[in-house]
Amino acid sequence: MTDATVTPPMRAKGKSLMADDARTQKRNAAERRFKAYGIIAILVGLSFLVFLATSILRNGIPAFTQTVVQVEFTLTQEEFDAAEGTLLKTSAYTDVFVSKLTEQVSAQGLDVEVDGKAVERLLGKVGGDLREFYKENPDQIGQPAQFQLAAASRVERYLQGKLTRDMVVDGRFLEKTDLDIVDALVDAGIITSAFDWNFITGTDTGVDNPGGAGIGASVIGSFFMMLVVLFLSLPIGVAASIYLEEFAPKNRFTDLIEVNISNLAAVPSIVFGILGLAVFIQFAHLPQSAPLVGGLVLTLMTLPTIVISTRASLKAVPPSIRDAALGVGASKMQSVFHHVLPLAMPGILTGTIIGLAQALGETAPLLLIGMVGFVAREYPDGLASGLLDPNSAMPAQIYTWAARSDEAFFEKAWGGIIVLLLFLMTMNIIAIILRRRFERRW
Amino acid sequence: MDDYYTTDRKMSTMQDTKIAASGVQVYYADNHAIKDVNVDIGDKTVTAFIGPSGCGKSTFLRCLNRMNDTIDICRVEGDIKIDGEDIYDKKVDPVQLRAKVGMVFQKPNPFPKSIYDNVAYGPKIHGLASSKADLDNIVEKALRRGAIWDEVKDRLHAPGTGLSGGQQQRLCIARAVATEPEVLLMDEPCSALDPIATAQVEELIDELRQNYAVVIVTHSMQQAARVSQKTAFFHLGNLVEYDDTDTIFTNPKDPRTESYISGRIG
Amino acid sequence: MSNLLIIGIVLILGAVGFLLGRQRALAAAGGDARNLHSLPKYYGANVGLNAIVPAFGVLIVWLLAQPLLVNANVSGMLDEGASAGARNLLMADVRRVADGLDTAVSQGALTAEGAANLGTDTDNVREILADVGVALGSEVTAQTLSAAQRYRAMSATGNIWKTIIVIAASLAGLALAFMVTKPSFRARNIVETGVLAVLIFAASIAIMTTVGIVLSLVFNTIEFFRLYAASEFFFGLRWNPSFSGRGGGSELGIIPLLWGTLYISLVALIVAVPLGLFAAIYLSEYASKGVRAFAKPLLEVLAGIPTIVYGLFALLTVGPLLVEVFGEGGFLGVSWMAGGTAVMTAGLVMGIMLIPFVSSLSDDIINAVPQSLRDGSYGLGATKSETVKQVVLPAALPGIVGAILLAASRAIGETMIVVLGAGAAARLSLNPFDAMTTVTAKIVSQLTGDSDFASPEALVAFALGITLFVITLALNVFALYIVRKYREQYD
Ligand SMILES: Nc1ncnc2c1ncn2[C@@H]1O[C@H](COP(=O)(O)OP(=O)(O)OP(=O)(O)O)[C@@H](O)[C@H]1O
Ligand SMILES: [Mg+2]
Repeated sequence: MTDATVTPPMRAKGKSLMADDARTQKRNAAERRFKAYGIIAILVGLSFLVFLATSILRNGIPAFTQTVVQVEFTLTQEEFDAAEGTLLKTSAYTDVFVSKLTEQVSAQGLDVEVDGKAVERLLGKVGGDLREFYKENPDQIGQPAQFQLAAASRVERYLQGKLTRDMVVDGRFLEKTDLDIVDALVDAGIITSAFDWNFITGTDTGVDNPGGAGIGASVIGSFFMMLVVLFLSLPIGVAASIYLEEFAPKNRFTDLIEVNISNLAAVPSIVFGILGLAVFIQFAHLPQSAPLVGGLVLTLMTLPTIVISTRASLKAVPPSIRDAALGVGASKMQSVFHHVLPLAMPGILTGTIIGLAQALGETAPLLLIGMVGFVAREYPDGLASGLLDPNSAMPAQIYTWAARSDEAFFEKAWGGIIVLLLFLMTMNIIAIILRRRFERRW
Repeated sequence: MDDYYTTDRKMSTMQDTKIAASGVQVYYADNHAIKDVNVDIGDKTVTAFIGPSGCGKSTFLRCLNRMNDTIDICRVEGDIKIDGEDIYDKKVDPVQLRAKVGMVFQKPNPFPKSIYDNVAYGPKIHGLASSKADLDNIVEKALRRGAIWDEVKDRLHAPGTGLSGGQQQRLCIARAVATEPEVLLMDEPCSALDPIATAQVEELIDELRQNYAVVIVTHSMQQAARVSQKTAFFHLGNLVEYDDTDTIFTNPKDPRTESYISGRIG
Repeated sequence: MSNLLIIGIVLILGAVGFLLGRQRALAAAGGDARNLHSLPKYYGANVGLNAIVPAFGVLIVWLLAQPLLVNANVSGMLDEGASAGARNLLMADVRRVADGLDTAVSQGALTAEGAANLGTDTDNVREILADVGVALGSEVTAQTLSAAQRYRAMSATGNIWKTIIVIAASLAGLALAFMVTKPSFRARNIVETGVLAVLIFAASIAIMTTVGIVLSLVFNTIEFFRLYAASEFFFGLRWNPSFSGRGGGSELGIIPLLWGTLYISLVALIVAVPLGLFAAIYLSEYASKGVRAFAKPLLEVLAGIPTIVYGLFALLTVGPLLVEVFGEGGFLGVSWMAGGTAVMTAGLVMGIMLIPFVSSLSDDIINAVPQSLRDGSYGLGATKSETVKQVVLPAALPGIVGAILLAASRAIGETMIVVLGAGAAARLSLNPFDAMTTVTAKIVSQLTGDSDFASPEALVAFALGITLFVITLALNVFALYIVRKYREQYD
C-alpha cells in the first residue's frame, strides 16, 4: 500500500465553489435538457389526452342535438275536411303545411318560395305525419298546435358547415335553392336545434337513415351483458380467489392455476372472441349476437382481473383476524366467510367495478360473436329476450356506425363514444369513492 | 481506558480549518434533528462523530456535502463554510461541491456495473481523464489506495456486486477516492465489515489523512480512538462535546460524554 | 322442458331439502340445537346441496353429451362418401332446417306431427320455413329433411330423458341426505368439504378457459391444414383470399400479415417507449409530489380508454390529419400517403395508448432501484441526469426490457385500432404511410359475416389466432420471467 501514499491529487486544490467551471456548466446544461425531455414527454402525453378529448367532444356533441323545424299553426275543420276529401291526402296536408309555413315566414318579413317538394326534401314526409296526428287527435282540429319536425341529416350537416353549397349536386336529396329556404327559416327562427332524445333512447336504423339512429337498444344490450358478467365473474372470481389465497396447498395443481390466471390476463381479447365463437356458438349452438354469449366471453376475459384484485384484498386482511376467529373455535371455512370476506368486500367490489368497466368497453371479441353488422332495431321485452335475442352492445354499435359508408353515421359514432365514456367514468368514480370510503389501514 | 490507545497518532498542532460550521439546524418536516451545532473540522485530520443511534450524526454528515438536498422534507439552516466559502450559497452547485466532498456510505453500494466502471464513473463524469490510458491509470491508483487492487486486478471487468461485503466497501472507498475529493465523509464505513477488513479500512483512513480531511461516523469507540485526532460527541441533536480524541476519551468535560463512553447511555 | 325450467325445479327441490333437513335434525335433537354436532342450518344445507349439486352435474354432462351423440348418429345418415368438410356443411344445413322446424312449430305454422311427417315431394319446406322467418340458402333435399327430422326426434327424446333423469337425481340426492340426517352426523364438515369443492371448481375455470382456447384453436387449425398446406400458410408471401365460392384460388400466406403487425407495433413502440420512459423518469426522479399526484393519474386515463375510441380516433381524426400533412397536396408537399388508413395512423394511435402502459410499468421498476445506489452516485458529485442515465437505468434495464416486451405483446394483440386505422390490404411494403393489415384485423374480417366454418377462408382465422396466441404468450412468459428475476434482485 506504499505506492498509494505518495500520489498528490491531480486537481488544483482550493478551486472556488462559487463559480461553475466550464465542465460543470456543460453538465448542468445537459441536466436541464434531460429534465426538459421528461417534461416534454409528460406534456406530449397529456396533450394527446386533451387532443383526444376535444376531438371526441367536438365531433360527438352534435349527435345529441337535432335540427328541428318548429311551426305552430291551427288546422281548421274545413281544411281538414278538404284535405280528407282529396285523392292524394298526404300531399294535400303537405300543401296545407307549406301555406302555413309561407305565412309564418312572410309574417317575419322574409321572402322565399317554398313548395311541397322542397319541404319533403328538407323535412321528409311531412304530410303523412300531419295527417296521422290529426286522425289520432281529432280534438286538436281548430286548436293551435306546435309541431317540431326533425330536419333531414343533410340540412343538419349544412348548418354545421360540413356540407357547403358547392358540394350540393342537385337531385333527389337536396337542391341548391333548398338552402335558401333553410337560410330564411333559420333567420325566421323556425329552424332551431333541440336536444335529440331519440339518440339516447332510440334504436339503430338501417344504413339509409342516419338521422334516426339511436344508441338506446345497444345500451340495453350492454346492460344485459354486464348483468351476465357481474353474476358470473363476481361469485366465480371470489370463489377462485378464496381458494387460492386461503386454502390452496402449494402444489402442482395450484401452480398451474396461478400460471393460467396470469397468462390469461395477457391473452389478446380477440382470442377470447375466437374461443366464444368456437365453444359457445359453434359447439354449444348458443344463438349468435346474443348478449348472453357476449357476457360469457367477457366473463372469461374479466375473471383474471377480478381474481387478481380480489386476492390482493384478501391478502390485505391481517392474519390476526383469521387467528382470532380460529381461536374461538370457528372452522377455517367459517373464519373466511364470516370475518375475512366481509372485511375484504370493499376492495373486491372496487376491483369488480373496474373489471366491469373494462368489459364494457371491450369490442374485439364482440365482432366475432356477431354483435356487429347486425341492426339492433328493437328493444328486448323481458329478461329472456334481453339475454337471448340478438342485440348490439355500445362499443359494437359504435363500430357498426364507424364502418358504414355514410359519413352522417360518424357523428353518431362519436356521440356513442361520449355515452360509453360517461358510463365508464361513472363506474370508475364509484370505484374511487368506494375505495376512499372503505379504505382501511391495518 | 488505556486500551483505547492502540496507536500513537496524536495531533501535534491543529491543522488549518477545512470546514467551519456554525449555528447549523436541521429539520425533517417538524422533527428538529440537529440543534445549533458549531464545529470546525481541520484539514489533513481524521474527525470522528460518535453518539447514540438517532442523535443526528449521519444527518450532520450529510449536510457537509448537501446530500440532504435529495430528501424533500429536509431543511438546513445555519452556515457551513468549506475553505471559507458558504456551501449553501445559491451560487454553489451541489454537484461541484460533492466532487470536492466525497462520501462513503454505511452499506456498501457498488453500482451494478463492472469493478472498473464503478471506479471510473466519478473521473468520467468529472472529466478527470484525458485518455483511456489515463483513466486506466486513475482506476488503478484508486484501487490501490482503496487497498483492493491485488484482489481485483485480474477481474476488473467482473460486476462490482459480485464482491464480498468487505471488498465492496473498499471498492466504494476507491470509487470515492478516484474523484480526488478534498474531504472524505464516511458514514459507519466498517459496520458491515469483519475485523480484518475493518483493520484494512482503518489503515486506509490513516493514509488518506495525508491528503484529505476525513470525517468518520462510527459506533465503535475503539475505532474512533484508533483512527481519529478529533472527536465530536452528539446527543439528541446537540453537539455535546468536541475536542481532541485523547481528551474526549480520557478527560471528558460533559457528564453525558462520560457516561456514553463508559457505556451508560447509548 | 326448457333447461331454465329444469334448473328452477332443481333449485326449488334444494330449498325444500334445506327446510326438511333442518327440521329433521332439530326434531331428532328434541328441539334443542345443542344436542346436534353442527348448527341446524348445516343439516339443511347438506340436504339442499345433495339435491342440487349432483343433479346439476348430470345436467351439464347431459348437455355436453347429447348434441355430440345426436350429431354422430345423424351424420351417419348422410352421404357416406362425403369428405369431413362437406359433411360438416351438410350437418350445418340439417341443424338449420331442424331449428327452422322448431320455430315453425312454436309459431303454429306447423303441427308437431306435421313437422315430423313433412316430405320434400309433397311440401315446399323452404317456403314454409321462410314464412316463419327462417331463410335457407338452398332447397332442402330429401336427405337433409329426413336427417333433420331424425335430429329433432332424437333431441326431443333426449330432452325428455334429460328432464326425468336430472329430477330423479335431485330427488335421490335429497332423499339420501335426508335419511342420514341425525344428531351425530357431522353435517358441517360435509358441507364445508362441498363448499371447498365448489371453490376448487371455480379456481379451475382458469385452466378450463385455457384448455378451451387451445382446443378451439388447435382443432380448427388442424382442419384448416387439411384443406390448405401449412407450408404455404407459414411461408406464403401473398394474402389474397377468394370470396367467390367455397374454397379454391385463395392465397393465404401469413407473412404479409405478420409484417403489417410487426411494422405497426414497431411504430407504436417508437412512439410509446421514449415518451413513456421519459415520463416515468420525470415522474419518479424529478416531479414534486403535487405534479406526480396530478400527472400520473391523468396519463393513466389514456390506458383506461376503450380501444374502440382509439380506433375511431385513428380513422376519423388522426388519419385525415396525417393525410393533410403527408398526403398529396398536403402540408409538406409530398405525396407519400394515399389514404387515411396506414401503418403510421394505427401505429401512432397505438403508441399513444401504450404510453401509460410503458410509463407505469417503468415507474414501478425505477422505484424498485434502491435509493442507496442513487446516494452513491450523488455522493460522487453526479448530476441527477447522470445518475439516471448511468446508474438507475442500467440497474433497471432488465425490468424495463420486460415492460417493453409486455407493451409489444399488447401492440401485437391489439385489434380495434388496426381494424379501423390500418387498412384492409395485405401488403409487404416498407412505406409506413401505406395501408397494411394485421393478423388480428384479418381474424376479424375472416370470421365476421357468414359463419360457415368449413371453408379454408374462414378456418384460416383459427390458424392466425393460434399464431397470435403463441407469439403473445411467448412474449408474456418471457417478459414476466425477466421482470420477476429483476424484482428478486432487489428484494
Ligand atoms: N430521511 C429522513 N426523514 C425523516 N427523518 C429522518 C430522516 N433521516 C433521519 N431522520 C431523523 O433524524 C434523526 C437523526 O437521524 P440520523 O440518521 O442522523 O441518526 P444517526 O445518528 O445517524 O443514527 P445511527 O447511528 O443509527 O445511524 C432521527 O430522529 C431520524 O428519525
Ligand atoms: Mg446514521
